[in-house]
Amino acid sequence: MSVFNQPRKRVIQLIFLGMVALIVSRLFFLQVVETKYSKLADANAHLRKVIYPSRGIIYDRKGRSVMRNEALYDLMVTPRNVKNIDTAYLCEVLSITREEFIKRIANARMKEGPVRPSVFASLLTPETYGKLQESMYMFQPGFELVLRPVRSYTYGAGAHILGYISEISPSMLADSSGRFSAYQQGDYIGRTGLENTYESILMGQRGIQYLVKDNLNRPQGPLENGEFDTAAVAGKNLRLALDIDLQVLGEAMMKGKVGSIVAIDPQTGGILAMVSGPTFDPNLLSGSFRSQNYNKLYLDTTKPFFNRAVQAAYPPGSTFKPITGLVALDEGVVTPDFGFPCSGGYGLCGRYIRCTHHNPGHAANMRTAMANSCNSYFMHLYRLSVDSKKWGGVVNGQAKWTSYLNLMGLGRRLGIDIPGEVRGVVPDTARMNYVYRGSWNSCSEVYVGMGQGQLILTPLQMANAMCIIANRGYYYIPHFVQSIDNDNSALLNKYKQKVSVAEHISDEAFSSVILGMEDVVTKGTARGAQIEGVEVCGKTGTAENKARIDGKVVQLKDHSLFVGFAPRDNPKIAIAVIVENAGFGSTYAVPIASILMEKYLTDTISAKRMPIVQKMMETTTMSKEMQAKSKIDSLNNMFITSTERDVLLRKILSK
Amino acid sequence: MNRPQAKLTAGIDWPIFGMYLALVFIGFMAIFAAEYRDGDNVIQNLLSQNKNWARQVLWFGVSMVLALGIWLTDSKFFTATANLLYAFGILLLLVVLAIGTGVKGSNSWLELGGFRFQPAEFTKLCTNLALAKYLSSMETDFTKMRSRLIAAAMVLFPFGLIILQDETGLALVYFCFFLVMFREGLPGILLVIAFSAIILVLSALLVDKFILLYIFTGVAALVIYFMRREIRRKRSRLAMIIGVWAFCAAFVMVIVPFAFTSGKVLKDYQVRRIEVMLGKENDPKATYNTRQSMIAIGSGGFWGKGYLKGTQTRLDFVPEQSTDFIFCTVGEDFGFFGSILFLGLYVALLFRIIFIAERQRSTFSRVYAYGVASIIFFHLAINISMTIGLAPVIGIPLPLVSYGGSSLMTFTMLIFIMLRLDADRQMVLR
Repeated sequence: MSVFNQPRKRVIQLIFLGMVALIVSRLFFLQVVETKYSKLADANAHLRKVIYPSRGIIYDRKGRSVMRNEALYDLMVTPRNVKNIDTAYLCEVLSITREEFIKRIANARMKEGPVRPSVFASLLTPETYGKLQESMYMFQPGFELVLRPVRSYTYGAGAHILGYISEISPSMLADSSGRFSAYQQGDYIGRTGLENTYESILMGQRGIQYLVKDNLNRPQGPLENGEFDTAAVAGKNLRLALDIDLQVLGEAMMKGKVGSIVAIDPQTGGILAMVSGPTFDPNLLSGSFRSQNYNKLYLDTTKPFFNRAVQAAYPPGSTFKPITGLVALDEGVVTPDFGFPCSGGYGLCGRYIRCTHHNPGHAANMRTAMANSCNSYFMHLYRLSVDSKKWGGVVNGQAKWTSYLNLMGLGRRLGIDIPGEVRGVVPDTARMNYVYRGSWNSCSEVYVGMGQGQLILTPLQMANAMCIIANRGYYYIPHFVQSIDNDNSALLNKYKQKVSVAEHISDEAFSSVILGMEDVVTKGTARGAQIEGVEVCGKTGTAENKARIDGKVVQLKDHSLFVGFAPRDNPKIAIAVIVENAGFGSTYAVPIASILMEKYLTDTISAKRMPIVQKMMETTTMSKEMQAKSKIDSLNNMFITSTERDVLLRKILSK
Repeated sequence: MNRPQAKLTAGIDWPIFGMYLALVFIGFMAIFAAEYRDGDNVIQNLLSQNKNWARQVLWFGVSMVLALGIWLTDSKFFTATANLLYAFGILLLLVVLAIGTGVKGSNSWLELGGFRFQPAEFTKLCTNLALAKYLSSMETDFTKMRSRLIAAAMVLFPFGLIILQDETGLALVYFCFFLVMFREGLPGILLVIAFSAIILVLSALLVDKFILLYIFTGVAALVIYFMRREIRRKRSRLAMIIGVWAFCAAFVMVIVPFAFTSGKVLKDYQVRRIEVMLGKENDPKATYNTRQSMIAIGSGGFWGKGYLKGTQTRLDFVPEQSTDFIFCTVGEDFGFFGSILFLGLYVALLFRIIFIAERQRSTFSRVYAYGVASIIFFHLAINISMTIGLAPVIGIPLPLVSYGGSSLMTFTMLIFIMLRLDADRQMVLR
């Protein structure tokens, strides 16, 4: 029977073969002809993971780390693995409610899905971490602690200098110039201060690791044993000119005051201390409560984010007189022997401008005029400078005068290595034309000779001007970073170049200004600045300031100013101190500056001056309204690191 | 019983037995590759039976016991109990309809003391035996319409019951028995009609129905023109042509749109699977399975990525990878070359079964063997077509290779009954 059915057997065999041939031809197309599938498989299975290097550490001039990396922990949750745990206990440790627990789990599920870990509680406080670590076995495998390096400010000081890092913003990521092309969403970037300026140095070089992932994007291990990986390179460390002792001491003395301190080493331009009061504990912006603290600080009445040392400009008042003198000497319009017959006021400009002294001979020459801070003398010097026949008219004279000040770094940005610096104002011809509608002469702004009127400078500029005088004619661009570990780049070169400004001035002329400033300290208004065994030069200032309140110009309480340097020969420190609305220069600015100079030069504070330090630390000069609404003090006391600061402070004060 | 008592293996067809073992072994290796992760403790997994490959070893053991049992059974037992088994199979299908347990949308599983069992797999065996029994009986004259209808009914009854369990894939396999019936004398025209029907369905889905209507009308007109002399002689020819035309038109215009949109004939997901296969659906969710499966096989290239090196299967991108999509592992790890060898093994098995079928003296044994070949062929064709995007996603296992106890045991029984019958091919069985 089977014989008859042979053809049918053939048909069935043909059907089998036909189907298999169809499958084989399809396989040939899929596996041999088409190449996209292997790419698709790789795209499926490979995960590119960025490895973050540790950020560079920042040291002060004595090698103490002022900013370092601290290991904090995030509690991560993988919702699917959360099974049979003591929820109540976990809630208790984290001090959250049961509802909050459920909400966070739901959030995690929504954000990353049930099988990938996401943050349940970020940057745990050390106490919480300690408690959790002990009992972690109870919550695994659903919960895991993951290390998260965080910037830690050792002494809780130097907030404005060091700056902070935070997550990169969407607008930065959208920036088309490609500056941020190396960053991804969620990356941290330096926002202010040195963290911002030296971002590229501190961040190091990211590594890339290729991982194999599964269908739920869970990493399963390295690809090809890490053959294609690039290693991460740690960020480089910065070594600052900053002296953390001075910084902490300065911040302590500026407590309760509005104003700033800038101290520079004139021989290098390195900044020894820069305080803007009120300041804040930078640790507030690192760690668990960043965003809450940021909002509180941002809204605080004392505006703690405002770095008054480089962002605020003040009328320099009498502290400007040495500059007026120098310009006049350099232009050659006067000699150090030039005298002015002041008898208690200046009347050559059609109105009588009072001087604090009226005894004859108090402005017999540059030195005495400086020592007595004669208003008339320096106003007259200004007029002589701009009206000099050399320039052929006051317009050119004013332009020349402005360019002198610009050379000294006044009225322009100095180029310090933290962002946000402002120019200040030096009245150039354009400004004069604008203010006086095109018609003005040397009398219009005669006040600038004594540091008032259309002239405002930043504390940094005032301190830098002191460097010029201390160095007798040159300065280095003020900067924080002295060196970068293992770095040969040209980044710091501009801070190593001497900038000469007053080349025509003889040493004799300089001496008359400097000796006048020394007289101010030995027998003038800045007697409080005397330090035993050190020849200190300085100049106080009491700057009038007016503000427009409700449309009316109101005379506010004067700013207290002091500028100076020491020692007179071979100067080591130049300083500018401003305390807003605190009255005479000698009351606050002088003692604060003097204590800092003493500390820096002798590394100690003499016992008899301890009460002054105490007084400075305890006195509040900011207005009652401002103080009442401000929460800055309570915020600053939140941190454990503030105890480390207190330890250092106590050590400084105990010597 | 004329086989020597001394030799247990006397009369066994070694090629089939060898290919059977080879396929089960390949299956085990593929399941292992789909599941094994670096660092797994193989011994522990095997002992604790917490992996599919470990359980497959157990199922293989059980299957071997079954095979031994079958081998020791008298061939007459199968002819004698064929109808009884068929009745039992139908009963199981009815029971499962009533109390079945759901697994992934179909209610085709029975739970027996922790073990799950799919009667639809088992009834293939029963139907094959019963069909062989019917076609080989003295009273059956397969040239008669009545016999053909009875045979068709024997196949379509379990088919209907399985459709009711929502196991479309398993049900479709029952059409393989028409191949057997074709071998036993069903007119060849039926194959042509079946083939045309498939073409008709596909074109109805792919081509606009109005264009199809014009084509049908044009073809009908041409046929009438060329057959005008014949039609003049026999008027009924015209009626037939118009009848076919009318059926095609109705099918394209009414039946297919109704089936695909009403939700009453085809389930929503079935419609989508078919559309995925035809390339009409681009929703990544709906195409995920097929897409990942094609990526897995396609990325294998000519030589494959090497055993245990496939990223698609090892990293769980391919769904159901130890059961329905087991071929992905072969395709990815061993490439085109390995796939050809793998398919070659199946073809060799199928041809060997046909060879065995044709050497039988009893119609029962021949029909039964053809049934085995057809069942394996349908499973193979549908399963592999599904993994490479030629067929919609239909969940049926790859014979002897896919993980699954019901499937492995059923195919083992199918093959070993055939081997038993073949060993006794000198006997005339009815």
